[in-house]
Parts: sequence; C-alpha cells; structure tokens
Amino acid sequence: MSIEATAATALPAETRAGNALRSVARRIEWRPWTAFAALLALWFAAHHFGWVPAKYLPSPVAVVQRLIREVTAGTLLHDLHETLRRNLSGLVIGVAAGLALGALLGASSLVGRIVGPTVLAQRQTALFAWVPLLAMWFGGGDTGKITFIAVAAFQPVVIGTWRGISLVPTTYRELSDVLLLSRWNYMRLVALPHALPMIFTGLHGALIYAWLATVGSELFLNISPGLGGRLNEGSQLFEIDLLFLVILLFGLIGLGFNTLAERAEGLLIRWNNR
Amino acid sequence: MSLAETLDKPAFDTSPRDGAAADTAARRHTRRPGPSRPTALGSVLLGLSFPFALLVVWWWAARLGLVPEQILPAPATIYETVSSLITDGTLATHLEVSTHRVLVGFGLGAVFGLVFGAAAGLSPTVRAFLYPPVQAVARVNVLAWMPLLTLFMGIDEPLKYVVIGWSAAIPIILGTARGIENVSPAFRELGRVLHFNTRDTLRLVVLPGAVPSIFAGLREGLANAWQTLVLAELFASFEGLGYLMTWGRQLFQLDLVIIAMIVVALAGLAMDLALRWVERRAQPWKRETRDVH
Repeated sequence: MSIEATAATALPAETRAGNALRSVARRIEWRPWTAFAALLALWFAAHHFGWVPAKYLPSPVAVVQRLIREVTAGTLLHDLHETLRRNLSGLVIGVAAGLALGALLGASSLVGRIVGPTVLAQRQTALFAWVPLLAMWFGGGDTGKITFIAVAAFQPVVIGTWRGISLVPTTYRELSDVLLLSRWNYMRLVALPHALPMIFTGLHGALIYAWLATVGSELFLNISPGLGGRLNEGSQLFEIDLLFLVILLFGLIGLGFNTLAERAEGLLIRWNNR
Repeated sequence: MSLAETLDKPAFDTSPRDGAAADTAARRHTRRPGPSRPTALGSVLLGLSFPFALLVVWWWAARLGLVPEQILPAPATIYETVSSLITDGTLATHLEVSTHRVLVGFGLGAVFGLVFGAAAGLSPTVRAFLYPPVQAVARVNVLAWMPLLTLFMGIDEPLKYVVIGWSAAIPIILGTARGIENVSPAFRELGRVLHFNTRDTLRLVVLPGAVPSIFAGLREGLANAWQTLVLAELFASFEGLGYLMTWGRQLFQLDLVIIAMIVVALAGLAMDLALRWVERRAQPWKRETRDVH
C-alpha cells in the first residue's frame, strides 16, 4: 500500500489533484495502450488468417526483418541521413528568415502595417500549392526541396515572432522609454524575452510543417536518396514491407519532433513561470 | 503610443493559427468609434501598398524583359490567361471539382470529428482508451499514409474524400473534445443546482461553453481540408485546381500555376469567411456583448 502510494507520487507528470491521484496514475499506465495492442493484434490476425491479401499487408515480423536487413546493409541509415539533412537545412533557413522578418514586423509598426497583411495573406495559400512554382524556379533537386521546406518553416515563425514582439505590454514599452533604452537593447532585454513563448509556438509549428514539407517534397519532386524515395520504391515495386517500414518511420520521426517541441515548450513555460 | 496602434492592428483580431485576410478584419474594425476610424482605413491602404508595389515592380521588370517568361510571366499574360480560362469555362469546371471534393471530404470529417470529439469529451472512458491513439495518428500526417491508402483504395474520388476528411477531422476532434472538457465546472454545478436533466445540461451548459473551441477546430479543419485537397490533386488527379497546377508545370506555363495558386487561396479564404459568419450566427450572445462595448 505505502509502496503504491510512493509510486504514485513519484509520477508528478501524471498527478491530478485530490484522492483520484493514485487510480489515475495507475489507469494511465495501461488503458491507452489497449488500443495500440488491439491494433497490433488485429494486424497479426489479419495477416495470419488472410483477411487482407498478403500482397497488401505484410506481417509485422516481415517489417521488423526488413528493418534489420536495411539497417545492417546501411541503406536505410543513408536515406534517413539524407532526409534529415534536407529537413534541417530547410528548417534552419526558414526559421532564420522567419525570425528576422518577424522581428522587423514587430519592431517597426510601420513595416508591420505595410508588409504584415501580405504575410498573412500569403499564409492563406495552401502550402503544397508552392510545390509546382518552386519546382519550376529551383528545379526538383536538392535546391527546390530545401526551398520548399524553408517556405514551410518560415510561415509559422514569422507570425509567432511578429505577434510575440508586438504584443509586449505598453507599460514595458513606456518603462524602456523612461530608461532610455536603445531600440537594440529594448529588443534584446524586453521584447525578445517577452515574446519567447509565442516564438516557441511558431517554432513548434515550423518543426511540424517542415517535416510535412520534407515528406511531401520527396514524394512530389524528383526521386532522390531519402526516405520518400524508398517509399516510392516500395509502392511501385510492391515491396509492401518496405512501404510499411517507411510509413512507420515517417510517423515516428514526426512524433519525435512533436514530442521534442512539446517538452521544450513545457520547460520554457516552467522557466518562465518561475 | 505607437504600440497601442500596433495592438489595434487588424491582424491580431485573428488567432495565430488562422491566416485569414487582414483586410476583412480591418473592415470589421471600422465599427470602432473615434480616432481609430481613419487609422483603420489607413492601415488597409498601407497593407495594400506593399502588394501593389510588388505588382508595379513585377510589371516593370516584365516590360523591360528583366525576367524571362519561363521564370515569371508578365502580369498581362496572367490576365489574358485568366480571362480566357474564365470565358471558356475551364476555370469554373476545375474550381467546381475541387470545391466539391473539399465539401464532401470536410463534411465527412466534420461529422466524424464532432461525434468522436463529443464522445471523447463527454465520456472519460472513451477518452482514456481511444484518445491517445487518435492523438498519435494525428501527429502522423495524412501525407505519409497516402501511398498506403492508394494501394487499398486506388486513386479515384474515394481516396480524395478520405484523405481530406481525415485531415479535417483531426483538429475538429481535438477542438470538440477540449471544448467540452473545459466547460467551467462552476457552470456544470449550476446546472446540477437547477436540476437540469442530461439533455438540458448538454443544450444549455455544455454546448454553449464548447462552441468557441468547436468552431476553432472546424476552421482549422477547413484549412487542413484545402491543404490536403491540393496535396491529393497534385498526387493523383485529372481535374481540379491542383491538376491545373501540375498541368501548367508540365507545359511550362507558369501563368496557369500562379492562377491556380491564387484561386486556391481565394476559395479557401471565401470558405473561411463563410464559416466565420456561421460562427457568429451560432453565438448570438457574443454579438450582443460586443455591441454593449
């Protein structure tokens, strides 16, 4: 009993107030996993009893075997490396441009009023509508792909930074005027720290959209080394185990990015509230 | 004082996730009395000045032949193409096909999302068992599933409806569940004190409290539906605005690509505005309080 109680209190992330704490901590452990387990069982069963032709559904074991084979041969790691390289290059370019423009829009209300509406309207265009245009401008190779990823990452960052900086309370602004802070010091000491949570929201969005764009660019633009190329290979050669494997990897990496961003945001908020 | 003006900026009437046009918000803005009226008009003009300047530069550069037609067609070319597309009805056909896909997909996604979101919001059991897997699926973008779905469903209309519905359903599920969950306990308690039955509780307490969040989800779902429409049409289609883009790219006719981009943006914007109008109608109490201000 006391061991259970200490175990429950040792999980601060899952605590809810009151006496429901222990049961909640215990329940959270297994209930969500039942759905995943059921799905896995269904997958095994569908394969085993042949509900879906084996052509369309590999056994989970085959996917794992494929993973082992690909990893030992080094092919998959190379593709993963290529994909992540493009993703990160595009992300860095897009985030840098977004931060710069967002800071400019937030710092100068005149620039914000002149350029801002265009930025918002540009956000209204569906992201993938850029693919054909960018492909014609930059080609379907690495340049085109990285540009597309940068565009995807740019949009949320510019909005987050702009919003964050221009929503600094008037009183802070007035105080910095009284203290005769230069514009640079105002940005550095007042606006930026205040805007940080919103910038992080923008970065979170950028991470998600950049990943989406990475996947999309590999599917829609030229085939090149990368996970998307393997995905195409899997679906065209009907290597269904490869297809499943790559989809799972795409999902897991996306999930990883998301979790990373949420953790970072959580840390930041805790630090901010201190 | 300049910050107050910045805060007055119409852009911030909208939530961060929505990319809705600033100028409509600005128009709504004009209802404010006093000195902000000319400012609002001024900011509309200022906001329009930048795209206008771009257009002038574009036109000038095209006139001087600074950019080749293959890189950026002249505004005049685009105008000619768009008028011929309108007169021969091509644009209308493509637009109709795309709009139909979005509406069907979004409708499916909205029905599923509202039902499932409501179930997750109202029943802790559903939430505990099914919510985490849905969240996990939500984080894997529909794009990654598309090659798999094509194996099962082919590349015809059902695929498009399913992927559009899928992408639309996710924010709707999250918005609905969150909205219902976050209805203030004080209101629920009030309902209990007044001996509301379940139906009245849902109608008078839960629904009004959840409506803003539900609509936020619906609007995000609609934006996702447009995103996914373009994706699905680029992926595999023979009609629709996304196809128009692919076609233009293959023919090296950038004017088609640019026109399709603009039409997609405008159509998405129009639907978002329509949904906002519904949102305002659905919350008459909000309008009243706003008028009191």
